[in-house]
Amino acid sequence: MKYLHLVWAALLRRKTRTIFTLLSVLAAFLLFGLLDSVHSAFTAGSRDVAGVDRLVTVSKVSFILSLPKSLYERIRAVPGVQEVTYANWFGGIYQEPKNFFPSEAVAPNFLSLYPEWAMAESQRKAFRETRTGAVVGASLARQFGWKIGDKIPLKATIFPQKNGSNDWTFDLVGIYHATDPRLVSSENLFFFNWDYFDEARQFGNGNIGWYISKVADPQEADRVAQRIDALSFDSDHETKTQSEQAFNVAFVSQFADIGLIVGAIMGAVFFTLILLTGNTMAQAVRERIPELAVLKTIGFSNHSVLALVLAEAIALLLIGAAVGLLLAGLVVTAVRLKLGTAVPMDPVGRDIWLQGLGLAVLVGLVVGALPALRGMRLRIVDALSGR
Amino acid sequence: MSTLVEIRQLSKVYERGRERLEVLHHVDLDIDRGDFLALMGPSGSGKTTLLNLIGGLDSPTEGTITVDGKRIDSLSEGALAKWRAAHVGFVFQFYNLLPMLSARKNVELPLLLTRLSSAQRKRNADVALELVGLKDRSAHKPGELSGGQQQRVAIARAIVSDPTLLVCDEPTGDLDRQSASEILTLLQELNRDHGKTIIVVTHDPKAAEYARHTLHLDKGTLVEEGATLSATAASA
Repeated sequence: MKYLHLVWAALLRRKTRTIFTLLSVLAAFLLFGLLDSVHSAFTAGSRDVAGVDRLVTVSKVSFILSLPKSLYERIRAVPGVQEVTYANWFGGIYQEPKNFFPSEAVAPNFLSLYPEWAMAESQRKAFRETRTGAVVGASLARQFGWKIGDKIPLKATIFPQKNGSNDWTFDLVGIYHATDPRLVSSENLFFFNWDYFDEARQFGNGNIGWYISKVADPQEADRVAQRIDALSFDSDHETKTQSEQAFNVAFVSQFADIGLIVGAIMGAVFFTLILLTGNTMAQAVRERIPELAVLKTIGFSNHSVLALVLAEAIALLLIGAAVGLLLAGLVVTAVRLKLGTAVPMDPVGRDIWLQGLGLAVLVGLVVGALPALRGMRLRIVDALSGR
Repeated sequence: MSTLVEIRQLSKVYERGRERLEVLHHVDLDIDRGDFLALMGPSGSGKTTLLNLIGGLDSPTEGTITVDGKRIDSLSEGALAKWRAAHVGFVFQFYNLLPMLSARKNVELPLLLTRLSSAQRKRNADVALELVGLKDRSAHKPGELSGGQQQRVAIARAIVSDPTLLVCDEPTGDLDRQSASEILTLLQELNRDHGKTIIVVTHDPKAAEYARHTLHLDKGTLVEEGATLSATAASA
């Protein structure tokens, strides 16, 4: 600690250069924090801890192709399947396009397959018995100020009604809460009765978007999935059955490999950062060669000089990283407040901070290594005489 | 007086590619404890090289250097650094202060290598600054001080850890006549009143007049020893 003022003095020697370098580091770690949250938003479903005993069955050809409702009873009869439900993507928007959230038409028993969502039994009953009934997650209800008894109009983006209208109106009869705080991102869903949807929609009647099966023994899930897919083998609606987590991963990767994109962006950012800060450090040390020589003259060892330069590089990175991550946290919090759970971004939490600061130390060591070695190896006599 | 520095058959050869340059040639020299010695000579005569070798900044090609009974010519780089921290104070022509640190923090630098507490370091630095007449400027950074004041800070830094030996390379080379005289007088006081052994490299005969003895180097060899003295030089 007694050398800290030397590190600080070195950083403040050229204030403008240090500030610009800090801004670069800050920008890199701001991106690091933000992109991790974006990544988490895309992969929220695949990280769910619940659902290990649920299988999702979709069309083998494409997720967007529907399946016949006749499969329902056949899947129920598959050995190892405890319960089956089904759902259809609706894709409605509330009042204006920016108010988009996942909305699905679901079977009456749908919620019983999701014990991780808690809802009063009276509300479950109301959902089963109300033709136009809808159930929403608590976060979504909070975001739009909905309460039980409200009529909620959604504008269809895919399914018009038989009368040609895209306006669907639902009665809010239930609000569910995630029982596990880790599943709070699942409180952004809107469910309504499939029967009402199927009767009123203009096309696609009698077809199902996907089936969800609860297996009696999760260890048997693979075998059960094979049995379900065997039901439609060699038909015009072959199916693909997989665990809910695998389905969520596949769903996200239909848009893009978010992990790869995030990794590529961060790779490019940090590569540039290493070049930039490496150049800054090299320049800073080159200018201070006589000063480092003086330190060695008065008795600082080679390793002390090495440590001082490395500490300078690490301090630069740590300060920039800390401010960047702090800003990322503020931005993510602001986005979460603005968009609610429509985009389930994770807050910039302890893990990201630890990863970020660890990365800062690593980058600091990389960019400081060569200048530090140069400082360590300098010959006092040559350095003092300007050679 | 006892001998503090004993140099025997000291040679220094620099090799730059195929070129071989012998800067010092079999120098023998004894410097007494408490002496104030001026090393003079033309440019390239080897006086700074000799000073660097005595100060442990460089290693000889041949010969031995014994300071206060310890052979320093065979010390490793790390051991030499420790030895310098404990036994030698350096004063350079261009002061070589760290520009971002205050005068006090500059003076404290050698004390960072000791086990002294922060308060003790500050106290010792203030004593050294007081000795060179700059206690009231301790919070100033080098850029806020004149050349003469900066050199005083450098001298304070050199003496703060109470070294055995003070080596000064052209300490007045960058100063006007008045400031140079003040610095040389200060060195003289440190020698006379505090018993510091001082070796000064200079090309200025007037500066050399402040020393007790003057040695001349030419082409790497000691050519002449003059005895001067200095009570009178101080008022000159």
